[in-house]
Amino acid sequence: MSRPMLARLLRSALPALSLAILLGAIFYLQPRTMSYFGLNLLLNLAVPIALATLAQMCVLTVNDLDLSIGSYVSLTACITATWLNDTPILGVAALLACILAYGAVGALVHLRNLPSIVVTLGLSFVWLGLAILILPTPGGKAPGWIRELMTLKPAYVPFPVIACVVIALVVHVVLMRSPYGAVLRGAGGNPRAVARAGWSLLRVKVTMYMAAGTFGALAGIALVGLTTSADANIALRYTLLSIAGAILGGSEFVGGRVSPIGAVIGAVTLTLAASFLSFLRLNPDFQIGAQGAILILVLALRAVIGRTEADR
Amino acid sequence: MTPNESVGGAAAPAPVAGEAGDGVRLSAIAKRFGAVVALGGVSLDVPPGTCVGLVGHNGAGKSTLMNVLAGTLTADEGTIAIGGDDVTAGYAIARARERGVRCIFQELSLCPNLTVAENARIEHPSLTGLSWRTEAGRLIRAKLDEIFPGHGISPGAVVADLSIARRQMVEIARAFSQTATPVRLVILDEPTSSLDQTIARQLLDHIRRFVDGGGSAVFISHLLGEVLDISDRVVVMKDGLVVADEPAAHFDRDGLVAAMGSVGGHAAAASTQSRRDTGAPKVAIDARGGGARLTAHPGEIVGLAGLAGHGQTDTLLDVFARAGRTKGAAIVDGRVAFVAGDRQTDGAFPLWSIAENIGIGSLHALKQGRFISEAKEGELAERWRERIGIRAPSVWNPLLSLSGGNQQKALFARALASDADIILMDDPMRGVDVGTKQEVYKIIREEAEKGRTFLWYTTEMDELLICDHIYVFRERAIVADLTRSELTEEAVIQASFRQDA
Repeated sequence: MSRPMLARLLRSALPALSLAILLGAIFYLQPRTMSYFGLNLLLNLAVPIALATLAQMCVLTVNDLDLSIGSYVSLTACITATWLNDTPILGVAALLACILAYGAVGALVHLRNLPSIVVTLGLSFVWLGLAILILPTPGGKAPGWIRELMTLKPAYVPFPVIACVVIALVVHVVLMRSPYGAVLRGAGGNPRAVARAGWSLLRVKVTMYMAAGTFGALAGIALVGLTTSADANIALRYTLLSIAGAILGGSEFVGGRVSPIGAVIGAVTLTLAASFLSFLRLNPDFQIGAQGAILILVLALRAVIGRTEADR
Repeated sequence: MTPNESVGGAAAPAPVAGEAGDGVRLSAIAKRFGAVVALGGVSLDVPPGTCVGLVGHNGAGKSTLMNVLAGTLTADEGTIAIGGDDVTAGYAIARARERGVRCIFQELSLCPNLTVAENARIEHPSLTGLSWRTEAGRLIRAKLDEIFPGHGISPGAVVADLSIARRQMVEIARAFSQTATPVRLVILDEPTSSLDQTIARQLLDHIRRFVDGGGSAVFISHLLGEVLDISDRVVVMKDGLVVADEPAAHFDRDGLVAAMGSVGGHAAAASTQSRRDTGAPKVAIDARGGGARLTAHPGEIVGLAGLAGHGQTDTLLDVFARAGRTKGAAIVDGRVAFVAGDRQTDGAFPLWSIAENIGIGSLHALKQGRFISEAKEGELAERWRERIGIRAPSVWNPLLSLSGGNQQKALFARALASDADIILMDDPMRGVDVGTKQEVYKIIREEAEKGRTFLWYTTEMDELLICDHIYVFRERAIVADLTRSELTEEAVIQASFRQDA
């Protein structure tokens, strides 16, 4: 096997490897987590984070960055806990409108050649404002069917594990294996070449932004299913978590190099890192910092592998 | 250029309607970029079963013409006919591809993050269905096997892992591979520049087979031997016009070179005496690819010539990096200022005023105490505004309020106002109007008289005539070292195109 291929293999194995090590450490520290119930508890919150990370990854695919995903997930969570519960038709319409709005953002970014960071940073305040308008004080109620779905207890394998695997595989097939998926990723790698081959870059951008909007909305729905109620600030930290998760999972900021399976693994790793630190009985004041340290460690490893890949 | 020179040679087929048959025919194509005329009414006829060689020096309009044919640029005037149908209206990339026009561009147009097979899919929208990856892989592998036997490229390999030569091979194979629409015409723009001799031979043989099978090809290369070898007809372009269009057999290498230059030639203007012998050189440096050594003396204007992208800018950057250090073999004795060619990315601070854009090169001189004195900055800018003739009511206006030519003047002013004694110019007059050029040339001359040294990379012959000494670059090496009296357009073109090719 040639050296660049080996480096690439190592790099794609790195997210899974870090997850395995982290999981091993948790099992060692707290053997009781090694059970159906324990895993369920550990991984519950990973589902919405994984969905938000996939949303971020869709935007990363076309060399953009979404700084509004956290407040967008908050908004969709608020819609889910209010309109979707009280007047389902209005709720569905509102969520669809959100997704269309995301597509419009993609079109705007492409047509006006705007920096996505600026546009989405501005929009994050818009989403947050809308969320507060819909749900001024924490509350609302999760629709029963979502609650039931998120608390499913299938035999043998805990629901979050199944959900994560299914989500990862579906996105993998669509983005990495479908014929149009190749075009979508190609638009991140060399947009001019894709345009020259006769594809519409506008369509690519709108598709990816709408996909991001869809995953963001699903993240909001899943989150409300777990927490049973919502508030306007419920998912603000998802913005940074989703970027960290996607990058941890092997995606890159530019160049169309993304990995849906890696992104889900990255999201799960970040969720587990928090639990790991509580099991260590680390002072909560230091936990965020320690979480950052784990992130830096993994990314440093990746940079080292990347360097061997570069000087071939 | 007189109009009758632009009429094609006698051998060009008479434009009889109907006889065009299945070929591709461009008629009287004109294209302007602002004030610059890139194409001034060019006609090109590529019948089936022909390979047309297209040659010309920098800025002759070859690439613009090919972009029009490929649908990436829209012509301002003229008609495009393919297979006997007029397709001019709404001609764009999609239409060109529908009609079987394929392109291999000079800069690689593969997606590095995708595999070889996936890149084939980008080119072939009809590859769908569950087994598209296998199909795309089979398609590209079959073509690679056909053109480059023993290529050793796997369809599953990620393009970023392949060497430049292999990427080029994939791109070539991709352009020739066929799915829903037949391949009618393939444009090859410098396809052999990154291939070694054997592989290049395989490509030329394939083009021949393709053409003999009824396809058409347009072949652009700076290796004139290749062009003469592969083409049935050779079209020579100069200054946006076709100056010769004849069967390849009518040309030899020298004939082509002569056709590319203006035949009469400018007798190099009676030159001022050489400054070569006045003391030690200010700059002495080797090009990255070796060859003759570039030296520049005080008060000299040294021209860096050759085809675009053959290492001239790299050499300027090397000089810049070594400024003030006499380390290793290179000598750069003095302070250096750089005038960028690509104003947007390398030169201008778009949000700043004209005065700030000029003053940034001379911050030390503008200091009053620890801070920059606005008064001094304004004074300096004002002085240069008058000297170089920047047309603006006030130097405190934003830089972007100026026209392109005047912005470029401001960048010249930045370099000239600084205390640098060596000025590097990276083809800065590209796309600047003639009046502005003349004004800047005059100032360059004046500054050289005062003892400043200029290193000037330029793609324009007229500008080389201002230089005292010219170095011609080819494949990153300096291949010719011409004094002012030896300088003719023909000499530069001779050196730019490889002798043995």
